[in-house]
Amino acid sequence: MRWLSPKGFYFAVGRRKFIEFIVLSVFLLFFYLPLLNLFMLAFANKYEAPALFPQQWGFKWWDYVLGQNSLVSSIALSFTIAIVTTVISMFICIPAAYALARFSFPGRKVFFLSFLLSDAFPKMGLYIAIGIIFYKLNLIGTFLGVVIIHVLNSIMFMTWIPANAFRSIHRQQEESARDVGAGPIRTFIKVTFPLALPGIIVASLFTFLGSLEEAQGTLLVGFPQFKTMPVEMYGVIMQYATTAGPVFSILLMIPTVVVLILMRRYLSPDTIANGFKMK
Amino acid sequence: MSQRAVKLEIKNMSKQFKNGDGVRDVNLSVYEGEFLTMLGPSGCGKTTILRAIGGFAEVDQGDILIDDRSVSGLPPEKRPTAMVFQSYNLWSHMTIFDNLAFGLQIRKVPKKEIQKRTQDMLELVKMSGVEKKYPAQLSGGQQQRVAIARALLLQPSVLLLDEPFSALDAKIRSQMRTELKKIQEDLNITVVFVTHDQEEAMAVSHRIVVMNKGVFEQIGTPTEIYDQPASQYVASFIGDMNFIKEPDGKILAVRPEAITLSKADLDGKWSGYIRTIMVLGHYAEIVVQAGDQTIKVFQPRQISDTFSQNERVSLSFDKYQVY
Repeated sequence: MRWLSPKGFYFAVGRRKFIEFIVLSVFLLFFYLPLLNLFMLAFANKYEAPALFPQQWGFKWWDYVLGQNSLVSSIALSFTIAIVTTVISMFICIPAAYALARFSFPGRKVFFLSFLLSDAFPKMGLYIAIGIIFYKLNLIGTFLGVVIIHVLNSIMFMTWIPANAFRSIHRQQEESARDVGAGPIRTFIKVTFPLALPGIIVASLFTFLGSLEEAQGTLLVGFPQFKTMPVEMYGVIMQYATTAGPVFSILLMIPTVVVLILMRRYLSPDTIANGFKMK
Repeated sequence: MSQRAVKLEIKNMSKQFKNGDGVRDVNLSVYEGEFLTMLGPSGCGKTTILRAIGGFAEVDQGDILIDDRSVSGLPPEKRPTAMVFQSYNLWSHMTIFDNLAFGLQIRKVPKKEIQKRTQDMLELVKMSGVEKKYPAQLSGGQQQRVAIARALLLQPSVLLLDEPFSALDAKIRSQMRTELKKIQEDLNITVVFVTHDQEEAMAVSHRIVVMNKGVFEQIGTPTEIYDQPASQYVASFIGDMNFIKEPDGKILAVRPEAITLSKADLDGKWSGYIRTIMVLGHYAEIVVQAGDQTIKVFQPRQISDTFSQNERVSLSFDKYQVY
């Protein structure tokens, strides 16, 4: 039983290891406890607040959530919007990223930094200002309006990460392609783009996932015609029992986790860190 | 050499950069089958000229002709040149075969012929059997071989080499330049080679252009440049050189191997005592203190062995230049 006593454990592994163990445990608890709690509540039929464990286990809320047509259709809508957003964002931002990486023009650095600006304001304030413009342009309550909001949110990722990916490509590799007879467009398609692909995939992932979970802007611009998953989530939380929320948030999590697992080989800490260098 | 056909001609070319670097009024003719080297320290403009020939730098003024046709204004892909850079020549996401075939595919060469020509070319640069590998699986020297093969495959009118060996270590470097020289002679191609390594330039070139701060200091064969350097700058840049001040203010430039030491005639014009004798293999470097000047002398071992430190000697110069 010596291994189970803290004192025995302390002397068995040494001071350093012991402290590391404590720090790691606290971190794991902090990180995973809310998730564990979420999973637990999702499989509760009945739960009242002060208790640690649910009073009754079961799949009641799963049946309920999956039985709601509006919730299922919101999932389809979310994916449609996320795909459209990612494609449009790529078409707008990747050429911009290439220009930022390869050409020097006055104010380039300020321009680069300005993408951070939208994150400096409280998002809701920004959306209200955008909403006023959208009213005048009749974009409120339209699919296009929602997509524009999502694309706006993705611009920073979609320019910064690919710009740094482009910058890390050696100029000689592009020049060699021109030298052997490829024109500028063929050079971009055959050499530059494939070499920058890991960075572009990471950026697209962020855009796709960001769009999947975007709620505030969608709520303001698209409600009530366009109810995406996270927008539905607001309704679920406000209208139903506490345990419907966890079920829905697990459903929200599934696509994210699937995409991350599929694309994990591109998501090295290096690609991400290099994506955010300011030069 | 003047009877030979001019392959590449640069006329009154100027190219200035914002920071003041650049080249001015460059005039140069390169003959068919010639190996011409541009030699100079970094920032002297040698790479600028090469990039202008390849189409990677626009010229401010002047004209570039290849096979009597003006190429200035043409983008790199339309020029009959092929360039090998110092490094990062190959596309890391393509196999060696794809790297080599890319240019041929653009030219719509039939598949079978591409297969054959890439194989032959890899054999020429002694890299057979690497078709399926990726550039990262090859060493730096091997990558440069493949890059040279890729350039040669396109049968360029002029092959441009921008310090292709400077990132390699010394042993491989000298081996590669010997092979490059052989390939150049076998295929009789016209080469413009840029380097800052004077030994490399001496070893491979038919003619050398010595450059300094954007202008040509001297154009000549390696022997001409070594034996009759046109300026003090050229003299100091190529090989070892003693610069000896005469009482009348003139400067004598004497190669260390062009000096004879003797014990006998002590009332010669130049005399002194031996400070150090360093044996460097088949020859020795002897440093003589003559008044307030030190003079470096190279002597074969059988002569250097007859001298000793602090011995008084007189010097005579067999060959020298006055500046």
